[in-house]
Amino acid sequence: MTVLDRAARRHRWDTRFAPYAYVAPYFLIFGVFGLFPLLYTIWVSLQHRNLLDSGGASFIGFGNYQRLLLADPYFWNAMGNTLSLWLLTTIPQILFALGIAQLLNRKVRTRTLFRMGVILPNVTSVAAVTIIFAQLFGRDFGLINWVLDLFGAGHIDWQAGTATSHIAISAMVVWRWTGYHALIFLASMQAIPSSLYEAATLDGARGWQRFWRITVPLLRPQIIFSTIIATTGNMRLLAEPLLFNPGTAAATGGSDRQFQTAALYLYEQGFTNYDFGYSSTIAVVLAVATIIVAGLGYLVTKRIQTD
Amino acid sequence: MRSKAMVIVCAALVTGMVLSGCSGESGAGAKTKLTIGLFGNFGYSALLKEYASTHPDIEIQDRTASYSDHHKNMAAHLATGNGAADIEAIDTGYVAQFKATADKFVDLNTKGGDKLKDRWLPWKWAASLSKDDKQIGYGTDVGGLAICYRRDLLEAAGLPSDRAQVAALWPTWQDFMAAGKRFQGRAPAGVKWFDGGPTVLNAIVGQAATGYYDKSDQITVGSNQEIRQGWDLVVDGVKADLSAKLLYSTPVWNTGFKQGQFATVTCPAWQMAKIKDQAPDTAGKWDVTSVPGGGGNWGGSYLTIPKQGKNIDKAVELAAWLTAPEQQARVFTTAGLLPSTPKLYDDPAIVNYQNPFFNNAPVGKLFTDAAKKLQPQYQGPKAGDVQTAIGNAMQRVEQGKQNGEDSWRQFVGDVRKLTS
Repeated sequence: MTVLDRAARRHRWDTRFAPYAYVAPYFLIFGVFGLFPLLYTIWVSLQHRNLLDSGGASFIGFGNYQRLLLADPYFWNAMGNTLSLWLLTTIPQILFALGIAQLLNRKVRTRTLFRMGVILPNVTSVAAVTIIFAQLFGRDFGLINWVLDLFGAGHIDWQAGTATSHIAISAMVVWRWTGYHALIFLASMQAIPSSLYEAATLDGARGWQRFWRITVPLLRPQIIFSTIIATTGNMRLLAEPLLFNPGTAAATGGSDRQFQTAALYLYEQGFTNYDFGYSSTIAVVLAVATIIVAGLGYLVTKRIQTD
Repeated sequence: MRSKAMVIVCAALVTGMVLSGCSGESGAGAKTKLTIGLFGNFGYSALLKEYASTHPDIEIQDRTASYSDHHKNMAAHLATGNGAADIEAIDTGYVAQFKATADKFVDLNTKGGDKLKDRWLPWKWAASLSKDDKQIGYGTDVGGLAICYRRDLLEAAGLPSDRAQVAALWPTWQDFMAAGKRFQGRAPAGVKWFDGGPTVLNAIVGQAATGYYDKSDQITVGSNQEIRQGWDLVVDGVKADLSAKLLYSTPVWNTGFKQGQFATVTCPAWQMAKIKDQAPDTAGKWDVTSVPGGGGNWGGSYLTIPKQGKNIDKAVELAAWLTAPEQQARVFTTAGLLPSTPKLYDDPAIVNYQNPFFNNAPVGKLFTDAAKKLQPQYQGPKAGDVQTAIGNAMQRVEQGKQNGEDSWRQFVGDVRKLTS
């Protein structure tokens, strides 16, 4: 009797608490690597703190935020660059990815090879890619200037100008991520029933109409997903602008900060100026800004028509 | 039942293997592994091999990174208390900043450093000494200053190429720029007089009596007439199109050496190792002569022992050996880094040394003479960052983004922010 009773109790306990035990590892890991750093960053952002001297830290409330938001033109310059790069990378990425996915969705020979091929830029090392692109965009011996020269367009100092440097950096990002988004779009394109296209063809719809009226609206969830991924990725854009301008001044993103992104400014404050408190403040503000921008992206893409 | 027994036996075996694996490793661990974090070229590879062979209990791992990566990673490792090498090199531009947190480093005075003190130039020793007399690093080299120039390019433009005659072209920096204008008029296509404004400017700043800081650690660059005059002079040179507009220590600058894009470059002693590494094909085309405007210093480094290391005593021993005069002498004759130990400045092996890569230039005599005349300049906490900021400022002029006046004003404002 007692044995049975104990077994029953154990079973009750098991059904009641086992689920929590099963999900606990996730929350433990999230707590250690997600939540704790987040809260700690907020805590540091309220301090005046040198990276090397945590003992000399002092609590200053919202002093860092005041300085950052109200009295730091370099931060707003960096935010402006980040937004400009966001537009210059996200829109071409999504459009090119849609086009490539459409092309790959046809019955062509060795299409698996092509489908594998588009993901290649994404699996190569960022550092290697950036260094190669920086050479392509070189002022004196770059391939792109050489080609421009053939057409008589003259030499461009890509790193010197604001627009030119943004174009060069977006080229790296677009090249790297377009294939990734194309594969996501391709996967859902294949799930669109062919009867829809057949019916539209019978009604007299042309190729472009079928693409814009059927494919794109039905890909809406994937487009939203891709926009958000591209947005959050772009808000943390660091490696490309950092390595585009290698050397001692790398963290300033150009001689006049013409391509310093917000993440790069954070890096400069934290690891060049050792101002740990201030760079944490940038991190917090950047996180909030990312949420806002991702929300905007969501609102825009949500307007894609679904009949 | 049998299967259960098997499981137990297997488990025991696996545990045994794991345990023996661990103990096996600690048995072989009699060899101490020392890591040394360097940047650029210290000329240590042969010395480290030799040290490891004479000390069979020690294994040395050389972690060389680029200049800026090295110092940034090191700061991160010191901040987190983890990951620093047993020995970390620090450049002059950063040493004042790191000695402000001297408690992160072993005080070498407590490890016998106070007895070695006389090895070094007094100002070299003082530069890495904290306010409360803790010694954070042993000096490796000093920069000194000279000018490296391409004989073939000077000849092509109708200028003399003989060392003494070239030196006579430029007693002052004004003369240097005037010679540049003469050169530029008849220069081969695509060749400029100097590599980039920031490089020239660093040399001029290195010669000034006061650098970016005064001795009470206040940044005085905004009112420093010597630096401002140097700035104006270099801006004029840039306007006269004498600059190849390449920022030092960047890949495009390295390419510039290979492609012969400029005829002269400011040459602290360590620069010679860089030129040789970057453009080995140009052997014999280069030569070295004295710098306009007298002696000065740019660069030079220290070896420090972070306190977080596990092999502090062995690391101190290695750092002391690497920076001893005998080893510094060998570094000079193999890599060209100028010793920071004055005893060597009269050593015939050093004084008579000629560098074959640089057309047998008597670099031994040239640099030891310069080192003896050198007036030490005080380096403040963020000297390295100020140097980066003035480099950016000069680049803005070179890229045509700003005129000299606006760019200078922005630079002075940037520097004020660094210290606020």
